[in-house]
Amino acid sequence: MSASSQPNVVVLDYGSGNVHSAVKALEAAGANVELTGNRQKALDADGLLVPGVGAFSAVMDQLAASRGAEVIDRRLAGGRKVLGICVGMQVLFERGVERGVDTEGLGEWPGVVTELDAPVLPHIGWNTVDAPEDSVLFRGIRDERFYFVHSYAAQEWTLDVTPPFHEPALTWAEHGTRFLAAVENGPLSATQFHPEKSGEAGIRLLNNWVSSLKTD
Amino acid sequence: MTVACRVIPCLDVADGRVVKGVNFQNLRDAGDPVELARRYYEQGADELTFLDVTATVDNRATTYDVVTRTAEQVFIPLTVGGGIRSTEDVARLQGSGADKVGVNSAAIARPALLGEIADRFGAQVLVLSLDVKRSETTESGFVVTTHGGRTETTLDALAWAREAIERGAGELLVNSIDADGTKEGFDLELLTLMRDISSVPVIASGGAGRVEHFPPAIAAGADAVLAASVFHSGQLTIGDVKRELASEGILVRS
Repeated sequence: MSASSQPNVVVLDYGSGNVHSAVKALEAAGANVELTGNRQKALDADGLLVPGVGAFSAVMDQLAASRGAEVIDRRLAGGRKVLGICVGMQVLFERGVERGVDTEGLGEWPGVVTELDAPVLPHIGWNTVDAPEDSVLFRGIRDERFYFVHSYAAQEWTLDVTPPFHEPALTWAEHGTRFLAAVENGPLSATQFHPEKSGEAGIRLLNNWVSSLKTD
Repeated sequence: MTVACRVIPCLDVADGRVVKGVNFQNLRDAGDPVELARRYYEQGADELTFLDVTATVDNRATTYDVVTRTAEQVFIPLTVGGGIRSTEDVARLQGSGADKVGVNSAAIARPALLGEIADRFGAQVLVLSLDVKRSETTESGFVVTTHGGRTETTLDALAWAREAIERGAGELLVNSIDADGTKEGFDLELLTLMRDISSVPVIASGGAGRVEHFPPAIAAGADAVLAASVFHSGQLTIGDVKRELASEGILVRS
């Protein structure tokens, strides 16, 4: 495949942690990748990946300062694909509560991100996931583990989707309590785990997402 | 719990080279940390730890370069320890491709560093590395050491671990100086005590010599096992260790 026929993906650069791996993993998954905070490029790309590590409130502050929130909104309004990772998934919900600090999220999905109820936190390591049959991200991927590193997660899904819209594909995992490991809802997808740190299984998952960009 | 126990090879790196005995066959250059990291990745390592033992600050740039080149081809988490004294060091390492940082002596000298890192980057990036030795001088019978075990502090290892977690450490790397290099197994008593007081994951280190040594460390409460020389020598592969763990009913990533 020539570089020009590969989907263009922008990894949103808004000051969040280790984004280097996300770029390299997407390249390995067959995308033409640019790491940038440039608004126009983020709007024009075939796919936008929103990374995120650290505190919910810090990520929201950084997104606001870089007008990343507006880019995400505008893309979704046009049905253009966005993939959130880790805290990049968490901020898509209405609110996040961390160490007693209640922060407003982007509100693309209803619900609150709260601390997991588990004897050992953070939840660090490779865990199993329960993906639905119709998942695009997990297509062809079964019995694989993915790398998680977090203490907080969305533990409920309350959005009612009625026809003609497709039911979202919800993937669950468990650490002490059940929580959302991935959501695929129209153009907006997200994973609580790090596909860019999940070895070959993670690359395959990213490849499924990158491949879906071409059919838009 | 459904999370798998992690098997983590550790590479001591100085001036861009692996410095502890590496004796692999079929390696083009046994001293190249990137090539070794790639090999462990292919063997199924769940995470990699680089310990930067570079003597001078100037030479740390080569370690950043090693991290960057590794992160380009190895898609598992990378932890880097050694010489981290400020949040700026953490930012630089993250920018180079590190996911987590191991902090040891700088936190003993200035415990507030732990809170500074956790506040800015989150507890999940912060691994407190402890070099622990048996001692009559502390209540728990275990003391924190520095300089590779040569210097004893006055810190009780359990009290220090507890304090570090309160300050924001997201993980404990518990290295037994007594067991380190003996190849006679992990210090299980130490791991049991650490598990009892720790709400964060515990990584067992020091003493691994044979596959049978790994399951008891997990049974004692460790969430992950770390080893260096048994892997570098080619004596054991990551797969050998995982098969042994699985045969004892412990969850591993296959």
